[in-house]
Amino acid sequence: MTTHAPQATQSVTLPASLDEAVAALGAMPAAVPVAGGTDLMSAVNKGLLRPSGLVGLGRISELRGWHYQDGHALLGAGLTHARMGRPDFAALIPALAASARAAGPPQIRNAGTLGGNIATAAPTGDALPVLAALEAELVIAGPDGARREIPVSHLLAGRDMLEPAELIGFVRVPLLHAPQVFLKATGRTGPGRATASVAIVLDPARRGVRCAVGAIAPMPLRPLEAERWIASLIDWDGERGLAPDALAAFGEYVAAACIPDQVPPADGGEAPPLPPAVLHLRRTVAALARRALGRALS
Amino acid sequence: MSNDAATAANATSTRITTPTAEVPEAEAPVLGLGVSLPPADARAKTEGTFPYAADLWAEGLLWAAVLRSPHPHARILSIDTSAAVAMAGVRAVITHEDIPGERAYGRRIVDRPVFASDLVRHHGEPIAAVAADHPDTARLAAAAIAVEYEVLEPVTDPEKAFAAEPLHPDGNLIRHIPLRYGDPEITGEVVVEGLYRIGRQDPAPIGAEAGLAVPRPDGGVEIYTASTDPHTDRDLAAACFGLEPERVKVVVTGVPGATGDREEPGFQLPLGLLALRTGCPVKLTATREESFLGHSHRHPTLLRYRHHADTDGRLVKVEAQILLDAGAYAESSSESLAAAVAFACGPYVVPHAFIEGWAVRTNNPPSGHVRGEGAMQVCTAYEGQMDKLAAKLGIDPAELRLRNALSTGDILPTGQTVTCPAPVSELLTAVQDFPLPVLPKDAPEDDWLLPGGPEGAGEPGAVRRGVGYALGMVHMLGAEGADEVSTATVRVHDGIATVICAAVETGQGFSTLARQVVQETLGIEEVHVASVDTDQPPAGPATHGRHTWVSAGAVERAARMVRTQLLQPLAHKFGMSTELLQIADGKITSYDGVLSTTVTEAMDGKELWATAQCRPHPTEPLDESGQGDAFVGLAFCAIRAVVDVDIEIGSVRVVEMAVAQDVGRVLNPSQLATRIEAGITQGIGAALTENLRSARGLIRHPDLTGYALPTALDAPEIRIVKLIEERDVVAPFGAKPASAVPVVTSPAAVAAAVRAATGRPINRLPIRPQAAVAASNS
Repeated sequence: MTTHAPQATQSVTLPASLDEAVAALGAMPAAVPVAGGTDLMSAVNKGLLRPSGLVGLGRISELRGWHYQDGHALLGAGLTHARMGRPDFAALIPALAASARAAGPPQIRNAGTLGGNIATAAPTGDALPVLAALEAELVIAGPDGARREIPVSHLLAGRDMLEPAELIGFVRVPLLHAPQVFLKATGRTGPGRATASVAIVLDPARRGVRCAVGAIAPMPLRPLEAERWIASLIDWDGERGLAPDALAAFGEYVAAACIPDQVPPADGGEAPPLPPAVLHLRRTVAALARRALGRALS
Repeated sequence: MSNDAATAANATSTRITTPTAEVPEAEAPVLGLGVSLPPADARAKTEGTFPYAADLWAEGLLWAAVLRSPHPHARILSIDTSAAVAMAGVRAVITHEDIPGERAYGRRIVDRPVFASDLVRHHGEPIAAVAADHPDTARLAAAAIAVEYEVLEPVTDPEKAFAAEPLHPDGNLIRHIPLRYGDPEITGEVVVEGLYRIGRQDPAPIGAEAGLAVPRPDGGVEIYTASTDPHTDRDLAAACFGLEPERVKVVVTGVPGATGDREEPGFQLPLGLLALRTGCPVKLTATREESFLGHSHRHPTLLRYRHHADTDGRLVKVEAQILLDAGAYAESSSESLAAAVAFACGPYVVPHAFIEGWAVRTNNPPSGHVRGEGAMQVCTAYEGQMDKLAAKLGIDPAELRLRNALSTGDILPTGQTVTCPAPVSELLTAVQDFPLPVLPKDAPEDDWLLPGGPEGAGEPGAVRRGVGYALGMVHMLGAEGADEVSTATVRVHDGIATVICAAVETGQGFSTLARQVVQETLGIEEVHVASVDTDQPPAGPATHGRHTWVSAGAVERAARMVRTQLLQPLAHKFGMSTELLQIADGKITSYDGVLSTTVTEAMDGKELWATAQCRPHPTEPLDESGQGDAFVGLAFCAIRAVVDVDIEIGSVRVVEMAVAQDVGRVLNPSQLATRIEAGITQGIGAALTENLRSARGLIRHPDLTGYALPTALDAPEIRIVKLIEERDVVAPFGAKPASAVPVVTSPAAVAAAVRAATGRPINRLPIRPQAAVAASNS
């Protein structure tokens, strides 16, 4: 008899539908849902987490694809990065496809899921700025077939959390039929965590530009004023192109909005300068935003 | 060896552009030296069936966990293990009080406690260890040990270590070398100054530390682990356990990557103590975090330089101050400092040199031996100075280096005459003349691999290409009077040869080389290399290329002795000397082919054994002014780096590294190419991404996400332009070990290329993105 025994009696359920999964979570509140496991299992292996039960979401086929609903796509939370990176998906939501292709090495992309990326809510989650720029809504499944919708930004900001026995079922994303760009800066040529990322989405029907900056704050940041300003400069019915100066100014605007200057001291005088590393991050965000918008408009 | 593996090795060898490798396959010999013999374990390693220490199992084994200090500097007020001892499944909890023998250890200087007793001096220092029947129980029990600390202010700035309160009874200054060579008053017409900082590279072995300790019936213990210096580890363990060395046996398992010393005794000693205490086998597998906290790193270094030259660019004098951050314990800092000071001027003729070097103790993570120690840090600095001088004089950087290049017969600033081949200018010319990689202008823009990667943000308009040169040098074998002896035994029976030598195969290819040496000398195709344990005579640590030199040399001597034993009776019978007989294809034939017999017949069922030693000529320590013949041999290399830099974001991609290396003699072309490629890739890591960051002595992000190793996409095209085979007469086979010098030189080459691309000074490694941005209108 060893102390190994208690850990061996883990319960694992493998429901086949979303409602079964919610029911399983309700029946065992201590259980943890697991999809790709790319974040969860590394926490388990580090000994940070020892779940007493697991609810595996891998067999829920309704979550692994997508369908259409009133000009939107309802993306299953179980869509893997690898699936989202494929050309058919890229034709629908190009920026999400680009972020999925950039989301780590193939092993991670094959396992990691869209819902997992949202649930983990890591600042460096590559899908998050894209979802923020798309103003995506989450369809949350609750007990007894209940469904409620919350904006993805509310969940990321902690304004509206998942209740016990709730699961992210789908992500509702508008189909905009316009260029979208996701750009990411990393420390190396191979796959790596973003030091900064920028998603730009054009919405010609509403004559809007939506931009979100990821990885520099706990959640994606939206420079709303910069978005409105640049949207007002674009000739939506014509060429849509912008002069290089305007693109550069947009980049600076976004960067300054997301990484503001230090506040001057209360007793007057000059504000202390930003540290060099932060200044470089600001320059990086400006370059990414300028390049992303340039590519979206080209 | 299977055909598959042989084909794979041939495929690799075709990538080398050396005359040796261009010999058509049909004419190439299949045995012996100079052949791309594949490693015997290649298949098992590729298929994942090769056993490492973490795969070992013993019936009824217990699991160990080590409690480590969360503080870089603290006084221990009390340690209460009662909660841990009381946990179900816990079989033993040990602290410094439970050590029967020596409570301190050190591979070179004994200054490091096995378990901290009164003071912790670095983040991650071991305090206690637990054995339990499940790894999680052991980990939870270790966490349940209550340690009361009085947190002290850590000394983390090596410049402040001189004036700080002593962190250790031995004081904060581990070594000081004031090298004085020539006239201190002389000045050059042109002077350039620079300040350089080198970060903390981690050896980051792919397999983390692991081991299994099994108690023996005689009260001793056997430790199964991936040690690279088993005899030293055995002696340290025996002293710690209070046992005679004969009752402790270190058995070397597969080594999952070693570019520094392995395994850290801080893992083995608790393991052995727990096995002796419980009477059960005990296993430990370190997590990645523990591995980063527990083993030694490359010395972070601060370097100040002043180069004097005349208007033709000839060096007049070099002045330098070199400060090595040794961390909390001495480890190999003394050797690293000697290398840093001795090679501070690089492979250049410098008539006057004044180099002050210090290795100081801090509360930072401990530094120790990592391939190219000392030499790598100074290479980045002196090559930075050469670029600066070239810019100031308006001379081409490669031309300036050629004007000052060292050659055989010149004198190093340590007063040692370079007696070995030193084809420095030939190496530089070779990389200089190699055609530059073409820009991918004809390919569609989407296919370009830009800085930032295939899905990155790179934009062709913001990318600048830079070309940089670097020359580097490194010593081979231990320096300053280290006894670099190795012993090997060769046994021949039944047409099969066996090599018994305690030289550890770390991936450097020693066991393949040993097989080749025996094949070459005895003409026997089937050669086995026995696994290593400390019952065999010592062969020393697997560092500084010593096994290629002394251990392979010992194998050759032993094989020659066997050859003489085998041929002597025949030579007598044939009436000729043994030198006139040759062994090939299982036959012994006289030089004229007239007389012959089979090996089997000559052996007559006998077993032949011979043991031999190889010991290079002795060296002497550097004296109080840094003078002395401290090195047995030197190796050189020249690298031309081509990089692409996104000058807005500061991301760098190394496009190509063209290398020319002084290798003495190519013993195994494909293995040599692998070593050079591995070394260059490690150097690129040090240049661009690898830095184990610490904040106030606490290691930040001890994982492989935070510590970014180069991936396949980061590794550039590595072109081996020229391998100069000028045999080193003092080395067995004339071959120079080849692993270290590319590590030393490639970071400097990358820095030079980024400097050329951006016009920025680049005086810090790894190169931070903010240092590689430039105005885009250039």
